[in-house]
Amino acid sequence: MKFDPTFRRVGVAFLSGLLLTASPVALLAETPADTLVVADAIDDIVSLDPAEAYEFSGLDLNNNTYDGLIEIDPATLGMVPGLAESWSVADDGTTYTFKMRPGVTFSSGNPLRAEDAAWSLQRVIKLNKTPAFILGQFGWTPENVDQMITADGDTLTLKTDKAYAPTFLYNCLTAGVAEILDKETVSQHDAGGDMGNAWLNENSAGTGAYVLKSYKPKEGYLLEARKGHWRGDAKIAKVLMRHTPEAATQRLQIEKGDVDVARTLTPVDIEGLTGNKDVTLQHDVGGQLFYLSFNQKNENYKNQKFLDAMRWAIDYQGVADTIMKGTAIVHQSFLPQGYLGALDDQPYKLDVEKAKALLAESGIKDPMVTLSVRNSADRMDLAQSIQNTFGQAGIKVELKVGEGAEQLKEYRARLHDATLQTWGPDYPDPNTNSSTFAENPDNADEAKNTGYLAWRNAYDPGDMKAKSQAAVMERDPDKRKAMYEEIEKEHRSTSPFILMLQQARNTALRSNVKDFYTGGAIDSAAYWLATK
Amino acid sequence: MEQTDDIGGSGRFWPALREFGEAVATLLVTFIGLLAVTFIISRVVPIDPVTALIGERATAQQIAAARAELRLDEPMIVQFGRYVWGVLHGDFGTSIKTGRPVIEEIARFFPATLELSTLATILGVLVGVPAGVLAATKPGSIADQVVRLVGLMGYSMPVFWLGLIGLLVFYGTLGWVGGPGRLDAGYDMMMDFEVTQYTGMILLDTALNGRWDMFANALSHIILPAGLLGYLSMAYISRMTRSFMMNELGQEYITTARVKGMPERRVVWVHAMKNALVPLITVIALSYAFLLEGAVLTETIFSWPGLGRYITDALMVADMPAVMGGTIVVGAVYIGLNLVSDLLYKLADPRART
Repeated sequence: MKFDPTFRRVGVAFLSGLLLTASPVALLAETPADTLVVADAIDDIVSLDPAEAYEFSGLDLNNNTYDGLIEIDPATLGMVPGLAESWSVADDGTTYTFKMRPGVTFSSGNPLRAEDAAWSLQRVIKLNKTPAFILGQFGWTPENVDQMITADGDTLTLKTDKAYAPTFLYNCLTAGVAEILDKETVSQHDAGGDMGNAWLNENSAGTGAYVLKSYKPKEGYLLEARKGHWRGDAKIAKVLMRHTPEAATQRLQIEKGDVDVARTLTPVDIEGLTGNKDVTLQHDVGGQLFYLSFNQKNENYKNQKFLDAMRWAIDYQGVADTIMKGTAIVHQSFLPQGYLGALDDQPYKLDVEKAKALLAESGIKDPMVTLSVRNSADRMDLAQSIQNTFGQAGIKVELKVGEGAEQLKEYRARLHDATLQTWGPDYPDPNTNSSTFAENPDNADEAKNTGYLAWRNAYDPGDMKAKSQAAVMERDPDKRKAMYEEIEKEHRSTSPFILMLQQARNTALRSNVKDFYTGGAIDSAAYWLATK
Repeated sequence: MEQTDDIGGSGRFWPALREFGEAVATLLVTFIGLLAVTFIISRVVPIDPVTALIGERATAQQIAAARAELRLDEPMIVQFGRYVWGVLHGDFGTSIKTGRPVIEEIARFFPATLELSTLATILGVLVGVPAGVLAATKPGSIADQVVRLVGLMGYSMPVFWLGLIGLLVFYGTLGWVGGPGRLDAGYDMMMDFEVTQYTGMILLDTALNGRWDMFANALSHIILPAGLLGYLSMAYISRMTRSFMMNELGQEYITTARVKGMPERRVVWVHAMKNALVPLITVIALSYAFLLEGAVLTETIFSWPGLGRYITDALMVADMPAVMGGTIVVGAVYIGLNLVSDLLYKLADPRART
């Protein structure tokens, strides 16, 4: 075949260009030695202001740039002193005194004062952003917060409206919303009375081990370690977070060594990375729970035998093993593993005969459940497994598949029949889940208590509500723990909720990376201990 | 004579002015239509942006406060009027999700797409046009069959699959190209602090700063996604070029030129190509516009912070100011490229100048 010379020239030029550009020039195959490069999906971030940040990725970042009065030890997940070196509660149970740690400075160089702590907590209440309710539970309002939270010298005093369980307050003070800010620096960046909210979305002003150097939404961020941190300097000088939404891409990057940590992997990727000697897989739990709930506007779902029949008609272990494949573990109570009072026993398993017998006892003939489920692959698979095992027990299930936000709207309006959902705790205290699963202040439609899962399912928990409210006031930690255990046992055997699974986290680390902590179910990621 | 010339000049001026006026009017009407349709769609979707934003635990009071803060409680016509007024003043609103001005975010994401699409289109044209001409000049030959087969594969293979396989082979296995993202981690950290960013396009900015090490690294990252999109573009362009050229090569003026002894190269590249170029300009412009709209899957797989991913991510969380801002930019791209291709028509075809 003869080619026109023009084709030959064009062809040669193109191939030469391709070879030139495709040659492996300037590829830095390994990550910089002083930098921890993390791949994660971080497009959930709404704000980096601690008073507003409420999403996992933002809380992870802030955990490394700010400190709270009380901290969680990343390794043991136990409570430890943070910016307060000690604290006490008065006999009346409503006055708490915190002594501030001396010699601590903010990243600006300003010294930490009790005044900064008071201002930071007052600011949360005054701004009233989404996570403000965590602190608002102690009776603090924009009108009274200046009197309830006060500073004097190196002492911070917090007054609460009732004598709550001290552990309740302490746990809430470990939440991201209670991080302490540099009052002087943030105040200089007030824009139209926003108390520095806009500025804090791009800058940090804390005492944390790292300083935010740059943040590009949906692209990533860069943290740089500070010198002279009160807890000891961070082991690694920089942390570069790269927003990588696709799990398969994260897997390729960790295999190649282009990132040190990959945090959003699918079961397929985990399976593919198993046995790779360059990569270590780290397993721990997250706080998210998978549950089924049934709207009690349908009278069938008030029938305890019918609810029991459904509890015995789910293959809990089977779905954890074959569908979730390491991304969830079986968990059957509303407090996730790691929380005070969490029950780790598993009283229910798949027993089709028992489910059939209970269904017969319930007196409900040919029951039909319309199960709303989000259109994501794992939820659909989970729902289909439930549909299958319910079917074996004689309970017909129709799946109503829809987009997540649409389904949430339906759920919040109490328009569902049954739904497959997830729930993540808001702060590291058992009240976070107990109040929503086991309390319902007013079951009327017009009450619109959408923040309570019990209300969404038209469920009146009866005296369980009083028990839950008593537990949040119990000052003895051991008694408090026992109270939650009792509530959970009652809840899982009588409520229209079936708790099934708890999220498991699988983090892939290059084998030279050590001491990377994700925070488990109760805290956020800690970068300052990591080495490579 | 002088007077005649003046009359002639005036005669050319008014039609040109009218044509310009019509073009501007069309552009304005298209923009307002685009704004109206996007706005209405954003308000009728069954997703509440407030709930999506402030989370499941929010109380009715917090939802009402957020709704008022976003001014979603105003009548729709007032919201639309306010939005159009803002857009006309360069204010696309604030992203509900990130709290940042949409115009700033688009200014950050669009250059990444522009860079990727431009390189992809250049690759697509450089390969697609000669391949199409080759196939047209030797119909039924092996070369023709290869061009058609390669084109067909470009049409029929899903882009996310091609992207993943491309990454696996050229990045994962062979290590010939950089991985996902626009730069390696080390350079990524330097970009904000060591390079003055004039355009937001890394290749251009690093070249303008004389940072050739970063330029080479950026090139190693862009070559695979650009090659992939260029392949898809090439598949379309080569197929259309083949069709246009075969049509031209069958015309009598081509036979006449050959009979007169004109060299084949001149017959093909000058005479036939000149006439095939007019419809081909539209094809290339459409292909370019399609890529500028954002290749969502490619951008996701390659962690490329481009406009397509920006709009899709915003859509997922009902961040309507961001969706609308992105849509307007896409609309502007189409309108702009339409004007450019009209202009190029006139350069390529004298008949279009009258």
